[in-house]
Amino acid sequence: MMPFNRTCKEVTALVIAREDRALPWRERLALKLHMAICAACPTFERQVLTMRNAMKQWRNYEGDEPVQRH
Amino acid sequence: MTDAPAPSFEQQLVSHRDYLLRFARLQLRNETWAEDAVSETVLAALAKPQSFANRSQLKTWLVGILKHKVIDALRHHSREVCGLDSSEDDDADPLEYLGFKVDGHFSQQPADWGNPEQQLSSRQFLEVLDVCTNKLPSIQGRLFLMREWLELSSEEICKELGLTPTNLYVQLHRARLRLRECLELNWFAKPHAT
Repeated sequence: MMPFNRTCKEVTALVIAREDRALPWRERLALKLHMAICAACPTFERQVLTMRNAMKQWRNYEGDEPVQRH
Repeated sequence: MTDAPAPSFEQQLVSHRDYLLRFARLQLRNETWAEDAVSETVLAALAKPQSFANRSQLKTWLVGILKHKVIDALRHHSREVCGLDSSEDDDADPLEYLGFKVDGHFSQQPADWGNPEQQLSSRQFLEVLDVCTNKLPSIQGRLFLMREWLELSSEEICKELGLTPTNLYVQLHRARLRLRECLELNWFAKPHAT
């Protein structure tokens, strides 16, 4: 049995879920193992991290003019 | 030569009204609630006028008050906020946008967004992000902004709204994937002038 095998689809869901909740250790380990052997999921993970940084910039956006809505 | 007289505290408050309203609308997705929250913010600020070294500090203070008023409004309208009374939001699983094969593999590799640290603070990017956030369906948008603007934990959101964690995570999952899709289409997949 391979209790830590996850598909890309499952890993993608975990990467998203991690933004809002702590993952149980089993899922964290499965994520790590998958990332080590997958080319696509680390790219997706970087997108999510970029979004995390982007929201931080947006939240702290203190430019004196509000962002214009078109 | 003399400078123009410094604007009064009231004038300063009014000058931030549009800025506050923008956040209130984005978070509450209801014009009346947003107007009320901003009015209450201005009234609360008027009740204890303070002086600030600059415009930015006053703005930060006002946003802090607004966040409290907005949480009050969300709590007060909690049934509507998380859609317990309606089913206006879609049920589509946005993971499908990403394209997976039956065996759970990507049918197409996710795009490399590069290393866009510089771009992220640019005005153009923040405008796109703002538009994409605004385009989220209202329930998803409210819950997503409770995480990202009000900076509440998932536990706090569930408690404030009487929502189950499962419901919350489903909505946040959808919101994040939609936002990803929107940013990809409107920013990362486009050539930039800058």
